[in-house]
Amino acid sequence: MTGPAHIFDKPNRYIGQPEPRADAARLLQGRGRFVDDEKLPRMVHAAFVRSPHAHAKILSVDTEDALSATGVIAIYTGADLAEHVTPYIGTLTHLTGLRSAPQHPLAMDVARWQGEPVVMVVATSRALAEDACELVDVDYDELPAAVNSETALDADTPVIHPEFGSNLAWERDVIAGDIDAAFAAPGVHVIEREFRFGRHTGVTLESRGTLCEYDPSEDQLTVYYSGQAPHMMQVIFSKHLGLPEENVRVISNDVGGSFGIKIHTYGDEIATAAAAKLLRRPVKFIADRFESFVTDIHARDHIVKAKMGITEAGTIVGIDFDDLTGIGPFSMYPRTSAIECNQVLNLTGAPYVMENYRAKGRVVFQNKTLMCQYRAVGHPIAMAIADGLLEDAARKIGMDPVALRELNLMADDSYPRTSATGMKLDDLSHKRALRKLTEIMDYQGLRADQTEARKDGIYRGIGFVSMVEVTNPSPMFYGIGGAPIASQDGATVRLDAGGALHVSSSITEQGQGTNAILAQIAAGVFGIALNRVKVTTGDTATTPYGGGTWASRGAGIGGEAMLLAAQALKDQVLDVAGVMLQTGVEKLDIRDGAVTDLDGKERLPLADLARTVYYRGNELPNDLNPELIATRHYRVTDFPFVFTNGAMAAHVEVDTETGFVKVLHFWAVEDCGRVINPLLVDEQIRGGVVQGIGGALYEECHYSPDGQFLNATMADYMVPMASEMPDITIAHIETPTKTSVLGAKGAGEAGTGGAPAAILNAVNDALSPMGASIWQMPMTPERILTMLDNAAE
Amino acid sequence: MKAPDFDYLRPSSLDVALAMLIEHDGEAMPLAGGQSLMPMMNFRVAAPEALIDLADLTELRGITVDTDTVRIGAMTRYAELMSDPTVQAHIPLIGMALPHIAHDAVRNRGTIGGSLALADPAAEMPALMLALDASIEVAGPDGTRMIKADDFFLGMFETALDDELITAIHVPVATPAQRFGFHELTQRHGDYALAGVAIAKTDDSYCAAFFGVADRATRVPELEAALTRQDNIKTVLTHLDQIDFTDDLKANHTTRQRLAGVALTRALKGMTQ
Ligand SMILES: Cc1cc2nc3c(=O)[nH]c(=O)nc-3n(C[C@H](O)[C@H](O)[C@H](O)COP(=O)(O)OP(=O)(O)OC[C@H]3O[C@@H](n4cnc5c(N)ncnc54)[C@H](O)[C@@H]3O)c2cc1C
Repeated sequence: MTGPAHIFDKPNRYIGQPEPRADAARLLQGRGRFVDDEKLPRMVHAAFVRSPHAHAKILSVDTEDALSATGVIAIYTGADLAEHVTPYIGTLTHLTGLRSAPQHPLAMDVARWQGEPVVMVVATSRALAEDACELVDVDYDELPAAVNSETALDADTPVIHPEFGSNLAWERDVIAGDIDAAFAAPGVHVIEREFRFGRHTGVTLESRGTLCEYDPSEDQLTVYYSGQAPHMMQVIFSKHLGLPEENVRVISNDVGGSFGIKIHTYGDEIATAAAAKLLRRPVKFIADRFESFVTDIHARDHIVKAKMGITEAGTIVGIDFDDLTGIGPFSMYPRTSAIECNQVLNLTGAPYVMENYRAKGRVVFQNKTLMCQYRAVGHPIAMAIADGLLEDAARKIGMDPVALRELNLMADDSYPRTSATGMKLDDLSHKRALRKLTEIMDYQGLRADQTEARKDGIYRGIGFVSMVEVTNPSPMFYGIGGAPIASQDGATVRLDAGGALHVSSSITEQGQGTNAILAQIAAGVFGIALNRVKVTTGDTATTPYGGGTWASRGAGIGGEAMLLAAQALKDQVLDVAGVMLQTGVEKLDIRDGAVTDLDGKERLPLADLARTVYYRGNELPNDLNPELIATRHYRVTDFPFVFTNGAMAAHVEVDTETGFVKVLHFWAVEDCGRVINPLLVDEQIRGGVVQGIGGALYEECHYSPDGQFLNATMADYMVPMASEMPDITIAHIETPTKTSVLGAKGAGEAGTGGAPAAILNAVNDALSPMGASIWQMPMTPERILTMLDNAAE
Repeated sequence: MKAPDFDYLRPSSLDVALAMLIEHDGEAMPLAGGQSLMPMMNFRVAAPEALIDLADLTELRGITVDTDTVRIGAMTRYAELMSDPTVQAHIPLIGMALPHIAHDAVRNRGTIGGSLALADPAAEMPALMLALDASIEVAGPDGTRMIKADDFFLGMFETALDDELITAIHVPVATPAQRFGFHELTQRHGDYALAGVAIAKTDDSYCAAFFGVADRATRVPELEAALTRQDNIKTVLTHLDQIDFTDDLKANHTTRQRLAGVALTRALKGMTQ
């Protein structure tokens, strides 16, 4: 195999180039094929009667009127479908002690959150199905609900699953060093704050959707699925509907955003598959926006009491915190809802040298929508705790927050090493990233501007975050705990008779440009023009087996498999070329679609080679068996995850009369290892930052005390829009990971993970002259005004 | 989120439209830009038997000046208002407010008549009508009548309309003695206001209409009198106590009152010269 240097240094390498993505024109011309664009013969539509209560006993379901309504094909209750679908439980063995109860696609005797599907109506149109839903009469006995996570474990709070005796789903303690002694040492300041992180959700542009078709003649289920992990869903449909795995095909064509929302087992989707099987005709379910709000997984919802100890000279001696998080009435299947808390316990303070650490995490059940893994799982919480306390400490000891970071960040030449919590870290560049950040943002200039502006009563603030991101997970993430979630991915590359490459991969495309980078890697490594590479992803029938796209793993894992496959095919093609040209393979290369000498002189166009192989094999020696297709798989082996790092800064202005915050500018310096396509990486970071701004300033799922979701519309649940997006300046440091030839780490979640902490710090910097600070997200005008009032009293 | 079944009617004249309204006896709803009505139907909050589309009613279109009043047809879209030279010249307050109403896509369809008929307490147009001392021309089975803006808005989503259609809005032409102010506070650009105010000052006398603060667009006579007396702003703001401020997820009544005060202060600072 020709070495890595060759791959990255040759002229037409594509890897690292800002190549425009091939599918942009198609999507912009409205030629995308999302689930709702699929229309099959005899297709019918599903709508669901959903629980109007957060917690209620289902006394009876009367479907008589609905059954005779126009267009109705079938109606199913929880009990009806339970005969055809086995229940599922969201636990994993490596999350010791995690409990959850069996879940059915439709609620059985008790509904446990407002929006839980209770009855499924299938009709000839979605509108008629909704009409019939109104005629279904469900008699509920409303039960007291456990809504507030803070009281979930109290004796007088209703227990959602009586068999567990309490609403505790999971707890874990992490202890390193001796935090009490460290805090008690002379000269140590202990900073203490209570953080609150609101519940929010992913708000994908394309809502969840499935179209399921069952062919009884072959016992075959085909699912058009808006999702991230087709192979995982194949297992889930197969296992719970009782179909052989090979008889389930999951196809994810274009997917309009996912952010971790579309990687779980949703009852309405499983019910859709069950109905298709029972009815023997295609059934479509497209979640509307209300359904999305009340059923798509939510995230965050943490209350954290945290302390940091710091010496007068600015050395962090340790962090101590207690994290309480509410996850809804079940742990989500199959990834579980304990991962976010686990990440908070693992990642807090990971950029900093620190010997003493104590963290307690508790995950509790409550009668709200299920919580699970949304973009940057746990990261915004972990980063806000450590960097929020750090900047608070900087104010306390009168030190500049950048200088304080310089003092405590792990040195760039100190790897490999472990964090206080035992995470294996390598190839990070915190200090270089921070220096580059302060350069590109003109930190000193901003500080001067801040001082000037304050004289005019304008309160601007600058806030930072130094962060890590978990990417490229190994089997230690899910597979070890028994989940049917592949941590390896595969790529196949085929040279066709016309001299073009066709590649397929098990990683998936949800808009981030997966297909574009696969083509770039294949073209660059193999040696062909980019426009001669066609890519297939998102189909369990035609792609290699693998995990899909989540946890910022696509480029790092799927990209490496692609690189290995392209390299292997190149070697195979050169073997054939060597025979045809009667030249040693070591003297040949492939460039621009032709076999060449090492100096680039063309010897044989690939199309000629391929046509000879495919059409005129008689011209080849009998003992030559040309293989013009290669498949390779890749998984991360030496590390549980490949960490990336970044440094980010926010510049904000707080209107102290209204409490409004305007983000004036945002900067991010990212080290995601080798950048395959800077356009795509930059947009991943920008999009992530915008979601981080959402979490920091706007987005929150509000519930009434009895568990009613109060703002389930796009008018009331506020996502940041174009006017709320600041200019975002991005710079890169490239420290390739040693775990792969490609050297790419993930980049998909950094912005979402880091931005909230940077904005929190910037707001608190702006508020500091008034002696006010805020520790609750989203930082709404009202909350900021309250903090200002409290400080003024 | 699909609307229940409904009939779609498209009358070609005002008389036919009014007859259809009567015929359906309260079960039909007029359709203007659909920017509020269609979402309400999709949410199944509104379920009219029939929609009477006002698109073809020429009687409800056009912007004309009649000595001291501008007549704006009810079906005039926000986008048309924005680009209309008559409106720009004679009703500067509308020009000040329009950029704050939603976004281009909504402004391309939403109509002034639809906004007034809906009477959303957070909408800008009702408050503008109060500030401008506009009259609303409505047509019903018994003919046409004019309703002063002050008498038109009766509560949250409640108006003086009685099986009637708004046909036009009559706004007095701005005089050289008039000055205007407008300010609204929204967390995101284009959202409904957390609090806002539209001000028309004629010689020394003020008319200030708040929106987004209570169950309807609201004037506070004592506050206006205080402004007219040129009381200091602190004193002026005490009169906000008269408003029964809304509590909701985005702001409780205390915050709203405070924001209304800020909006007023800023609107006064930004009055036209
Ligand atoms: C995303 C979004 C943001 C928005 N933001 C704002 C905002 O910031 N400020 C704001 O003010 N509005 C906002 N709106 C609402 C928008 O301005 C609506 O268009 C307006 O309120 C209604 O006008 P319409 O022409 O669309 O009326 P429709 O939706 O067609 O009708 C509204 C109601 O009025 C009735 N009606 C319509 N015309 C007449 C008539 N001539 N006579 C009698 N009854 C009639 C209808 O029957 C219906 O009940 C927003 C809407 C959207 C979708």
